[in-house]
Amino acid sequence: MKIGVKVMLKPEVLDIQGRAVAENLERQGRHLNQCRVGKFIELDVPSNSRDEALKQAREMADYVLHNPLIENYTLEVIE
Amino acid sequence: MKKVAVVRFPGTNCDRDVWKAVELAGHTPFWAWHEDRFSSSDVAGIVVPGGFSFGDYLRAGALASRSPVMESVREASKKGIPVLGICNGFQILCEAGLLPGALLKNKTLRFIDRWVTLKRENAEANWPAAETARLPVAHGMGRYYADADLVKKLWDKNQVWWTYEENPNGAVDDIAGITNEQGNVAALMPHPERAVEKWMGSADGLSFFKGGL
Repeated sequence: MKIGVKVMLKPEVLDIQGRAVAENLERQGRHLNQCRVGKFIELDVPSNSRDEALKQAREMADYVLHNPLIENYTLEVIE
Repeated sequence: MKKVAVVRFPGTNCDRDVWKAVELAGHTPFWAWHEDRFSSSDVAGIVVPGGFSFGDYLRAGALASRSPVMESVREASKKGIPVLGICNGFQILCEAGLLPGALLKNKTLRFIDRWVTLKRENAEANWPAAETARLPVAHGMGRYYADADLVKKLWDKNQVWWTYEENPNGAVDDIAGITNEQGNVAALMPHPERAVEKWMGSADGLSFFKGGL
């Protein structure tokens, strides 16, 4: 089963990359309030149970995929 | 004779410079490969050099910090053995939880490669005695970050080791290097191993390999 892990910098952490993208979009005539850039990690885990797959993904996200000092993450079932 | 471990990961690239600096400081180095462990009774000190361990994939230092060799580093650090992290080594020690905080992309988004002047803040640590040091920096992710509570704690517990005279990367409170609470684990973004003889532009880095180690 495939689980997606979306990792974003915490709101209070300055996302310099997102700011650069936002500034560029603004310069090109697009309007936006804010842009933040994160990561999306797709995990194909050896489980057919949704709950078990989410549990395995959560364990991996807590182990290394996100750094709790600076990032938050959310999980989603892909298929 | 006890030796100084120089830790190597795939992508470490300051390892040979560190090896030479350790020798120049009068110690005998040995390589500690990321897949191997070593006994803490064999080491006088540990250096985690700079580079791009595991290509900086995921986050700088994240994958390296979960390597077998880091278990040996953790064990040795608990026994009070001095551990010095440089640049990527600083990122690895933070990711391993041996030092507090994290390192983010430079505020300018640019890779910085130049000389900086550092001011020593932490008079108690058993590391270099100099008040200032002129060293090169070379990093893309050197912006030290800690939330307000942690920054306060670092100052209160005397864990801020070096600050930049002119902040090159947006680090909170100009922090260039910190130590753990015990003072035996210390790390900084600038590269002392690249400034160990006068012809290199500065010899201020040599004492980093003498002091704590």
